[in-house]
Amino acid sequence: MKITTEMVDYISVLSRLKLPEEEKERMTGELENILAYMDVLNTLDTSQVEPMSHVFPIRNVVREDEVAPSFDREQLLKNAPQRDQEAFLVPKAVE
Amino acid sequence: MTWETVIGLETHVELATRTKIFCSCSTAFGGAPNTHCCPVCTGMPGTLPVVNRKVVEFAAQAGLALNCEITRYNKFDRKNYFYPDLPKAYQISQLYLPIARNGHVPIVTEAGEKEIRIHELHMEEDAGKLVHDPWIDQTRCDYNRCGVPLIEIVTEPDFRTADEVIAYLEKLKSTLEYLGVSDCKMQEGSLRCDVNLSVRPLGSETFGTRTEMKNLNSFKAISRAIKYEARRQIELLEEGKRVIQETRRWDDNKDATFSMRSKENAQDYRYFPEPDIPPLELSEEYLTSLRERQPEMAEARRERYQREYGLPAYDAGQITAQKALVDFFEETVALGAPPKEAANWMLGDMMRRLKDEEMEPKDMKLTPANLAALIRMIAQGRINRNTASRVFRAVFPDNADVETYVREHGLEQVNDAGAVEAAVAKVLEANPQTVSEYRAGKQKVLGFLVGQVMKQLKGKADPKAVNAALRAALQ
Ligand SMILES: [Zn+2]
Repeated sequence: MKITTEMVDYISVLSRLKLPEEEKERMTGELENILAYMDVLNTLDTSQVEPMSHVFPIRNVVREDEVAPSFDREQLLKNAPQRDQEAFLVPKAVE
Repeated sequence: MTWETVIGLETHVELATRTKIFCSCSTAFGGAPNTHCCPVCTGMPGTLPVVNRKVVEFAAQAGLALNCEITRYNKFDRKNYFYPDLPKAYQISQLYLPIARNGHVPIVTEAGEKEIRIHELHMEEDAGKLVHDPWIDQTRCDYNRCGVPLIEIVTEPDFRTADEVIAYLEKLKSTLEYLGVSDCKMQEGSLRCDVNLSVRPLGSETFGTRTEMKNLNSFKAISRAIKYEARRQIELLEEGKRVIQETRRWDDNKDATFSMRSKENAQDYRYFPEPDIPPLELSEEYLTSLRERQPEMAEARRERYQREYGLPAYDAGQITAQKALVDFFEETVALGAPPKEAANWMLGDMMRRLKDEEMEPKDMKLTPANLAALIRMIAQGRINRNTASRVFRAVFPDNADVETYVREHGLEQVNDAGAVEAAVAKVLEANPQTVSEYRAGKQKVLGFLVGQVMKQLKGKADPKAVNAALRAALQ
């Protein structure tokens, strides 16, 4: 599959990445290689194989509905690049 | 041209669990910002979500009650998007294997009975709350609601009118309340509804271009928004213009829908299987035990109320339409009130008060014990019906004790035959004209005399006793 510069632009918007022009060039090639490898995988007949979503054969890992104390707010907010006394702050996101 | 409106609904319901879907933080409403949070629900790197057992149970129960097929092998998926209401930059939801599918809900409107098909029901997590602070021109994030469990119920595009939509939502709300899986409070956002709407020429098999309406906070808003949006689309088409597929926001004050930024419309969620949560397998035994625990729902209860208590179909329907009324009714009856009496008070005086106060039954302070006491006082002949209505109105707002209220206001009925006879004698003496009219055959004036005697006794007598005493004295 041919990867165009527009496709790279679209993917970087979705991933919130700002790519310099020269890297975009490199990306088209790399992404094309990745998809080419997918084409190799696609030559295998998997019609009889269940799609796998988990590596380990474990099921039904659940917990009881019992409240545990929440985390100290100060500790949580310490991780934020921007904050005030009680909340995380981000650039304007709502009207 | 005659147009047909086609509507499908996506309803998000917050589940009434104690804790969040993937961590043990409290789901309690309110709370200072970011105090019901931990590294899991604030999306800190390296944390692992663990599914709340109760969420699966509630979702499966809701699926069963909506006549769905339950998915035995469940998985979660990641829905990726960058928006600060979700600190992980993805929402854990179910895309490929939702817990329930292919259900149906019977509804009744004035146009008759109809079946609404349920496309699917899936589990997911709620997002946080964003508030823009114009002072610093930044957005503040409160993640208390982040990770609160939701089920999203998606219907097929089976609705044709706003009435059908409301009938379905009322049915859905009642069903979920019966199950106890949600408190379904629209004002607090625990039941939210997005409406997908398109129009097409009547008889057409293909669908028109649809819009999705958000921010519908009441049944009234939903009904008005549907009527507005259908008219808007029809007008566009009749002018030869076209409908644009987009998300529109309902503005309750302006009574209109408005296009939301197109950026939000162009979404590419790049779903993929959630690697942090192992699959959930629901056994046949588990589903059987859930089926057995399914409570008696509205229809079954309505029939039983008619059969066991002799309630008229309409009354039984009114009470069973809301779980809060059912609980109130059953408790009042359990406390000894005759079922018909309890139903009459609830559907008469109580509904009137609720309507006047614009209150929901579940928010009312009045208790079944207090209503049962009021009904008992009437049965014992201690207050008459008129007085009882006055007492009801007085105690309704704060659930003041009826016994105390009656005593403190001296409202107990005069059952002393001597006092009634004395009042009768006094009234007859003061109204010789009316007495002779009565004796001349003008029966109607008796009502006036009864009123006069009641007035003498300050309304505290049993009208039947007054009536009898008057007739005897006039013989
Ligand atoms: Zn948490």
